[in-house]
This record gives sequence, C-alpha cells and structure tokens, in this order.
Amino acid sequence: MPEFCGIELDHPVINASGTYDAIAARRIFGDALLADFPFSAFVSKTITPEPRAGNAPRRIWETPAGMINSIGLPNKGLDGFLAEDLPQLAQLPVPLIVSVMATNREEFSRLVREVGERDEVAALELNVSCPNVHSGLIVGEQPTETEALLEALRPLTEKPLIVKLTPNVANPEAVAVAAEEGGADAVSLINTLKASAIDPATGEPAIAAGHGGLSGPAVRPIALQQLRAVRAAVELPLVGMGGIASGADALEFLASGAAVVAVGTESFRDPRAGARIANDLETAVSRSPSRVEALHLE
Amino acid sequence: MSAPFGRRACEVTANVSSGGYRIFSLRDREGPNPAPGQFYMLASEREWGEGGGRPYLPRAISVAEAIPAKDGVRLDFLVEGVGPGTDRLCELEAGERVWVTGPLGNSFSTPREVNPESAGAILIGGGIGIAPMAIWRRYLVERGIPLRVLLGFRNEAHSGGLNELFCAGGSLCPDVRLASEDGHAGHQGYVTDLLATMLAGDDATSAVVYSCGPPAMLEAVRALCAEHDVACELAMESPMACGFGACFGCAVPKPDGGYMRLCVDGPVVRGDAVAEVAHA
Repeated sequence: MPEFCGIELDHPVINASGTYDAIAARRIFGDALLADFPFSAFVSKTITPEPRAGNAPRRIWETPAGMINSIGLPNKGLDGFLAEDLPQLAQLPVPLIVSVMATNREEFSRLVREVGERDEVAALELNVSCPNVHSGLIVGEQPTETEALLEALRPLTEKPLIVKLTPNVANPEAVAVAAEEGGADAVSLINTLKASAIDPATGEPAIAAGHGGLSGPAVRPIALQQLRAVRAAVELPLVGMGGIASGADALEFLASGAAVVAVGTESFRDPRAGARIANDLETAVSRSPSRVEALHLE
Repeated sequence: MSAPFGRRACEVTANVSSGGYRIFSLRDREGPNPAPGQFYMLASEREWGEGGGRPYLPRAISVAEAIPAKDGVRLDFLVEGVGPGTDRLCELEAGERVWVTGPLGNSFSTPREVNPESAGAILIGGGIGIAPMAIWRRYLVERGIPLRVLLGFRNEAHSGGLNELFCAGGSLCPDVRLASEDGHAGHQGYVTDLLATMLAGDDATSAVVYSCGPPAMLEAVRALCAEHDVACELAMESPMACGFGACFGCAVPKPDGGYMRLCVDGPVVRGDAVAEVAHA
C-alpha cells in the first residue's frame, strides 16, 4: 500500500492535472466510474482565483505519438469550484488533490488558504507554470521565484504542497531544490513541453494560441531523464509523469525514483487507462519484487 | 443510458466501399443501443499508436445506423479517408478489432420536443455528414413523423453511402432529394439552395431542421434557419482527443461568450446556442 506525503493510496497510479474531468465522466459513464475508479488519488484541473473561459479553438493537434494542447485553464474560479465542483469531487472514492494557480502571491495565498482549509482536500498541487505579474517571469522557470513563493505559501496550510515542475528549463533540478528549500512536500514532473505544429491546410500554426504543450509517449524519454536528474538532487517524494501508457512505462518511472506515477494523455485513448496500468504494475511487481527486474518481465 | 465505463474491443463484421466512402460495421456486445446523433471514439486495436507515430488519438465518428441483434448491436459507420486516423479506419478488415468508447454525447430532439407546433422535420446532410441523418431519418420514419431529406455532395469522388443508408428496394427513398456541386446527382449547386427554396415556402416554416455536414454548410443552414425563424439542431464536429469531457479540446464558442465542450454539451447543438459556425 503506497503512502505519499502521509496519504494512503491503494496503488501508485494517479492522474495528471487537467487530463480527467471526473464530474463529466460520472455523467457519461454513471456510477461505474466510482465503483471502478481508475486512479488512487484524483488531481483536479487547475483552479484560478477568477473564472476563465479558456483559449479560442483550435486547442489540440495530434502529433506523432502525442498531441499538442493549449486549452487555457478553463475553470469556474475559486468560488465556483468550492461551491459547485468540490462537493461532487468529494464523492469520489479516493483522496482529492487540488491544483491551483495564480499570477501574484496574494491571489496564490488566497487559493492555498481557502482550498487548504477544506476537509475534502488531501493535498494541493501548485501549478507554477505561470507568470508572476510583478516580475513578468514564469515562476516555475526561476529557482528564486519558486523558493520565494513556497516560503510565502508554506505557513498557510498544514496540507501537503506539491510543486508541479515545468520541463521547459535547462535545469529542472535547480527548481526542485528551490521548492524543497521553500518547504514543498513533493514535486511532480513533467508538465508539457513547449511545442508547435503547422496546419498543412493553412500553413499557419495549428494551435490558435500559436503554440502549446506536447504530451503523450513522444515526451516519455525526456520526462524520465528529468525525473532522474531531480531524483538525484532532492529528498522529496516525486510524482513521475510524461507519456505513461502501460505498466512497463510506469515501472520505468518507479525504477527511476518516483513514489507515484500520473497518467494523463493515455486516459484520452482509454478512460480506464489508470486502472489498467495499476493492474499491470501489480502483476509485474508480484512476479518480481525488484522493480528493475520486473521491467524485463513485460 | 450510460455508456459502459472504458473502452471495449468490438469485432469488425464488414467493411464495404460505397462511392468515395467506406461503410464499416462493428459488433458491439456490451453497449446500449445508441440514440441518433450520438458518436463513438474509435481506434483500431492494431496499428494505432502502438509503434509510435500516427494515428495516435482515437477518432470521434457519428453512428450512421444501429441494428440490435441477439449477439449485440451492429453499429455502422460512414468514413472517408482524410488523414491517418480515417485512412486506418477505411482499411479495417472483417475479423479485426476496434477499441470503442461510447455511445457518447447527446442526441437529436424530436420535432415536437423542439417546437410543440411542429409539423415535421427537414434533414439536411452534406458529404460524410449524411451519416447521422441516416439513423435519424429511420427513427423518425418509424414514428410516423413527416420528413424531407436533402443530401449534398461536392462531387462524385466525395460522395457515397446513399445505396446503403438512404435507399429502399434499390431506389432512393422518395423523401430524399440530392444536390451536388459538380451536377453529377440532383440539383447542381449547394444542398443549402434546396433548403433556401423549401424554407421560402409557407409549409416549411413549421418544420424543425436537422443538419450535419462541413462547417461552411452548417453555418449556411444556421443562418437560413435564423433568417426564417425556423428552429434547427446542428450535429457539429470539433477536434476531440477523448470524447468524455477530459481533454477540453473540443471547445465551440457560445453566442454569449465562453465555450461549450462539444463532447458533453453536443455534438447536437441548437442553432441559437452557438455563435456563427467557424469555417475556413
């Protein structure tokens, strides 16, 4: 039974933020979703202080073994989330991790305080792939910004704080160290990689926003190396993700030091992918107690 | 009725050529009978992302016909190969298996549900978009609801499905009229020309219009219906990775700002519930 930041999990597979809407899925698949919930913890879509409509389409584009997205964080805002979504997410049979993002420290603090005080919430994930409006810098690309943000947020809640790292930096391990020193309880990686595609029909960028983030199996080797680099640099537990589509893929991340793994894009192809990967992992590990040996069994 | 949770493997029972299109059939032993307008996410079990490359994501395809049998529902899909995903679906062979998630999305409303004063339905489909019109036409005919069907194609190479989906006893169903831009079948011009003529007549204003087709055609239908104050339902398309509300890719602008997710709020949308249908 894995434990992550003091949270008991039935298995080591959770979802990546923004890749599963459990409320919509329950409407479509009914209570079978709850009876057979694919993840051992549920990570919400990122919540921002105010509601956001999201980006104009086109928002997604298929690429070799992956996809580019620029969705724009559509969400109901903090008040809408607490009033409408949180009661429904609290009905899920697993611990709830809420992802939050703001563009200044005051708003970030409000999010952490108000989400952190809710009993339904087991932990918070900080989406730091956003600009600080005061400095104009992307917080998660700057160790000093990241450490300062964590120092400001850390005293505001007893709940575990997980920092979601961006892969779009030369040294993700430097940001991970800063998060650790600022008081984070865990880091999760990777977020999507900056990417572009051209629509052959128009000769223009395929994504309306001009560029987006790449996910899917195409990014997996990059994610794995970043995970290894971060593993070597910090003591914190790690959530590993990036193109995991099978139990064998998940084992690579676990063998590289992830405490738990997250499944994102593969859920688009298979709504039960999380459960399938957790089952494959259990089978592999039961056949060989060593995770590295189990890698060779599949 | 809820879709079964997760994807399931369904056997391909047939795949036939029909003009420039293909019609393939799946045997779905687990899913409920779909409602007209609903869609499925489809990906072949083999040669779909396993070796890397494309296709990678499943494709959202509207169901063209669904026939219950004792060994499961036979699902028919009309496809045209326009990219790596639809090319692979066109190549499906009987006996291989397809990953199926669904039925997904909402479905058409009956004319009386849309407008209690309604006298009947006008169905207008273009190109590959004739598919959901086929299952909807059959549903309405079985319920004795008066209807007219208008189907249009760009040219002979980009047409198909009529014999299998809109014919009875070897000839086109009498309620169906055709248009083609190259004049190879029916009225030479746009199928929306036929709709414009029909809506200009007194008897058509109490109809409800149902449409599926390319974005430019849907926008013409939406605008014509708005002009004549006739209610319409549009079965729309939008880039979609998952089909169950997870990816937020299939955003369609709403008239009052903001976006809907077509997979959960559609694919069937009232004409007055969307902003202008974006088209190149």
